[in-house]
Amino acid sequence: MYNARTEQRRAWLQASPALIWLGFFFLAPLVLILIYSFQGRADDGTVLWNWSLANYQKLFADGAFWRTLWLSTWIALVVTAITLVVSYPLAFFMATRSPKIRGVLVLAVMIPFWTNFLVRIYAWKVLLGNNGVLNRFLGQFDLGPLQIINSPSAVIMALIYGELPYMILPLYAALERFDWVQLEAARDLGAGRFQTFWRVLLPQTLPGITAGSILVFVPTVGTFAVSDILGGTSVNMVGNTLSLQFGSASNWAYGSAISMIFMLLLLGAILLYFKATREVNDGENPG
Amino acid sequence: MAKILADKRIETKHGRSRPVAKRHMPWGTWALTLNAIFVYTFLYVPIIVLVLFSFNAAKVGSQWQGFTLQWYNELFADARLGDALWTSLKIAGSSTLIATTIGTLAALALEKRGWWGRKTFDTALYLPVIIPDVVMAVSLLGFFTLAFRQFQALIGLNLAMGLWTVIISHVAFNISFVTVVVGTSLANFDRRLEEAAADLGATPWQTFWRIKFPLIGPGVLGGALLSFTLSLDDFVVTFFTRGPGVNTLTTEVYGRIKKSISPEINAISSLMLLASTTLVVTSLWMQRRRQG
Repeated sequence: MYNARTEQRRAWLQASPALIWLGFFFLAPLVLILIYSFQGRADDGTVLWNWSLANYQKLFADGAFWRTLWLSTWIALVVTAITLVVSYPLAFFMATRSPKIRGVLVLAVMIPFWTNFLVRIYAWKVLLGNNGVLNRFLGQFDLGPLQIINSPSAVIMALIYGELPYMILPLYAALERFDWVQLEAARDLGAGRFQTFWRVLLPQTLPGITAGSILVFVPTVGTFAVSDILGGTSVNMVGNTLSLQFGSASNWAYGSAISMIFMLLLLGAILLYFKATREVNDGENPG
Repeated sequence: MAKILADKRIETKHGRSRPVAKRHMPWGTWALTLNAIFVYTFLYVPIIVLVLFSFNAAKVGSQWQGFTLQWYNELFADARLGDALWTSLKIAGSSTLIATTIGTLAALALEKRGWWGRKTFDTALYLPVIIPDVVMAVSLLGFFTLAFRQFQALIGLNLAMGLWTVIISHVAFNISFVTVVVGTSLANFDRRLEEAAADLGATPWQTFWRIKFPLIGPGVLGGALLSFTLSLDDFVVTFFTRGPGVNTLTTEVYGRIKKSISPEINAISSLMLLASTTLVVTSLWMQRRRQG
């Protein structure tokens, strides 16, 4: 009954619904916008069938687009770096508590994690708005008002807030599995604090760092809602440009070219990142 | 060496080794504690402020003018919001059901070793996780538009975007998440149990439903829960794939948030917060009860 042939057939049978669904409603749409990106613009903003490289030529000369891409990348890097630097020690702290306290600490991270993202963005609008809680507080001391809303700082704050759990949880998962006796062993063998961290703890928790960074970076660089709600017209990220091209001032073909370049750059960056972290890991643990 | 390590491990308090850090660098412990306090404050202050202000009598501004339940009353009388919530639940419910079935099957397929195409399938399943949702949203819009035009031109069938296009799209981004979560619980499943059942004469069908499914059940439930939440949380994909007149809780609230701050939105947000907190606490409680 468990021979290889039937196993194979069963595997294909079980995989096929996912293959079909993703083939139709994930892959085909992506192939379609690849094709769209070589077409022209019809009067209603949708696609006029007319093969050319015009969209890509326009894109490479489009200074506004590259500024947008740069701003998105910069914001995503800042958000990823800050969440990582804050979350690693926190995850360390969590993983070294007693099981009971650990449970409470994880629960306290889970609650914001499962809360609707609009609530989390809106909370910052309430806090940072021109008549918001922060400015009212500062006003009591004759300070401010600070113009934070509609600036990159507001967007960065809200993104850090929203993405923190996505960094904390994978890091915690990695640190929780770590066998702490190894630290003691390293110290006994004469390694300094820094060396112990760098050569023992860090390499073994690297998968957590990689997972957390990607889970934070990808939604951040492609965000649409946060910059739309908290950035106003002054913070224009790739997501906003894209939705504009497929929305009111539309040019689907041009928007498709933007999606393509954006996706290629993003996938390239992720692959490079994977490769780099793996090399660091291999370098630290030869053999 | 291994013996020594093992002995040290037993000595520790909680049956589990603790780091040396605590003994060797008290300043480090201080820094860690301060950092933890800082992060948890950062996570909770905005939420708490939001909840407090949902009870504030002031219509505009952030000055405290006394306690009121007025905003909650207005909320419950708001028919648009009720409809939007119902639409959201319909979408999340049906897309979760479909995605959980398809995703669980995919995880079972991935568990089997050595079939041709397994590796490609595994990699392909990760793609929806790392493609930004805004790209997925616009590509689906392009896809549905083209497909509907073709249907009309070729066979005269008139289709339009509506609730069902949103459900299809939500399934597309949820399958991968379900597969990953179920895959983790399958990794812990002892395959010998299956073989034992087969040796004792159980059919594959019986083996699956009586042995395997009950054991990976929590993983499937976890995948479904994640899928349901992701669907409720989604704005971008819904926004681009919905037909006219389809309003979910996120699209409805989004429109209002963008315009202004109002005590009524504070109240909606507080209720959403209450819902997610209840969800997390109950699921953890159920987990603990199962283990205990």
